[in-house]
Amino acid sequence: MSTRTLVSPLALARPRGKALYWTVFTGVVLLFALAFLFPVYWMVTGAMKSPDEVSRTPPTLVPQDWSLSGYTDAWDLMDLPTHLWNTVVQATGAWMLQLVFCTAAAYALSKLKPAFGKVILGGILATLMVPAQALVVPKYLTVADLPLIHTSLLNDPLGIWLPAVANAFNLYLLKRFFDQIPRDVLEAAEIDGAGRLRTLWSIVLPMSRPVLGVVSIFALVAVWQDFLWPLMVFSDTDKQPISVALVQLSQNIQLTVLIAAMVIASIPMVVMFLVFQRHIIAGISAGSTKG
Amino acid sequence: MKTASKPAALPPAALGAPEVPRPAGRRTGGPWRRRLADQSRAYAFLIGGLLCFALFSWYPAIRAVVIAFQKYTPGSGGEWVGTANFTRVFHDPEFTAAWRNTLTFTLLALLIGFAVPFVMALVLNELRHAKAFFRVVVYLPVMIPPVVSALLWKWFYDPGAGLANEALRYLHLPTSNWSNGADTALVSLVIVATWANLGGTVLIYLAALQSIPGELYEAAELDGANIWQRIRHVTIPQTRFIILMLMLLQIIATMQVFTEPFVITGGGPENATVTVLYLIYKYAFLYNDFGGACALSVMLLVLLSAFSALYLRLTRSGGEDS
Repeated sequence: MSTRTLVSPLALARPRGKALYWTVFTGVVLLFALAFLFPVYWMVTGAMKSPDEVSRTPPTLVPQDWSLSGYTDAWDLMDLPTHLWNTVVQATGAWMLQLVFCTAAAYALSKLKPAFGKVILGGILATLMVPAQALVVPKYLTVADLPLIHTSLLNDPLGIWLPAVANAFNLYLLKRFFDQIPRDVLEAAEIDGAGRLRTLWSIVLPMSRPVLGVVSIFALVAVWQDFLWPLMVFSDTDKQPISVALVQLSQNIQLTVLIAAMVIASIPMVVMFLVFQRHIIAGISAGSTKG
Repeated sequence: MKTASKPAALPPAALGAPEVPRPAGRRTGGPWRRRLADQSRAYAFLIGGLLCFALFSWYPAIRAVVIAFQKYTPGSGGEWVGTANFTRVFHDPEFTAAWRNTLTFTLLALLIGFAVPFVMALVLNELRHAKAFFRVVVYLPVMIPPVVSALLWKWFYDPGAGLANEALRYLHLPTSNWSNGADTALVSLVIVATWANLGGTVLIYLAALQSIPGELYEAAELDGANIWQRIRHVTIPQTRFIILMLMLLQIIATMQVFTEPFVITGGGPENATVTVLYLIYKYAFLYNDFGGACALSVMLLVLLSAFSALYLRLTRSGGEDS
């Protein structure tokens, strides 16, 4: 089934339409390759050039002698394993805590009818109106000296994990999904002797696989891509995620090594995107038009 | 006695009946005690998320306003100083520069960042082949970490080995200072931000374009409307809501720009790319002036919350309409 768009299929079938279509098509392919694929190619091959070649004018399109030493140097000199591991720890923890706490809270708000539930939900939704970055300084002060217990989460992955849980968007997404699960299903489970936790675990969560996938991707990408918050939280170089480390080290390092490190830093997210692209693209498209 | 062996679907009458035998282990107190038990259970599920929101969303929001009126040093608490922070920040020459840059950045990002993805989506929607390829490729820059795209473009803009000037030379055009020139730096940053983010916008427009009923175009064509008229009278009115939404989202996002100026230009040259968020960062971490930083945060907060409120209002009413 083909849907009618701006240009009618009839116009496209005519010889002139066909010629025009293929001209436009080729133009767009070239433009996209140049604008979006070429920079990636330039980065990957730039790291393989010699330090002398990479700064030569005019630049060479293909490295003269391919060398992997840029990549190996980046791996060793910039201590990438440590920073990549830090990023993995930060992203995984934020993702898991978000899944646990946001799912539990969304389930409670949606199905357990807590007193003041409406007020709490209102308070959570109100944070959607407050742009995250504008609050980054008072949030930093809070993390540096937690009220009542007076501990500092600076230079601690918890400083990334716990604030990540306060994600109104993901919580609301989960709550809206749980709202659609009919009461009867949960009541049936309850009559069968399942407790609240059991119902959540074996009835609600399996039914919520699509929304959990979306939330997971959002959560992982957000932490992996963030820069300002980890820049504030981690002053200790050994604990910095790769995004912060890259900028800190970019000043006094050889260009080829820096470029190699940039490529390495991009690989995890790009691979994840290529693996889950169908879901990610569908999520973006659907979430926006139905919102 | 376990009841799990029973079929899951009970007769409807049993569900409504008051005397359903309660499974073993359930509390059988009065209604009041049962309600209390239900409540504590509900709050057990809620408490983790609630604490995080209280600590890292609600408390900082209140605190920003409080510290904005204090001389605050971490560890030793605050001392009330009235509106001194606001006046001090206001008289900082960087203040004017930061707001002017941020607003210009937002405006430029809106012009470029709105027009380019819309045209892209419009063209892509007409293509019948390799659709999946285009969607993946256009979204690729979004998945590259923002820090990496900023460093990548810093390298492109490099006056010596940069690709940007090389391309201009190849086309026999005059070269530019790009991010190193006071008058071109801001535009250069807008180009980076647009390149890095337009993928998401294109995909959203694409989805919106696909939901336009084909009959509308057919009817317009029968009425003799050419392509431009069809875009003007069918496409744009049909996607007006999404366009408005994305514009608001873009305003909110671009007014918080930080990574590009921090990584590419460091706020320079001559303060040409200092943004409000960058200035907030400077006040807190360079000048150690948390009162000033919070005063600036509150200003940014008030302005952006207005846009956010508008956005949420529109999404809600739009959701009810459709």
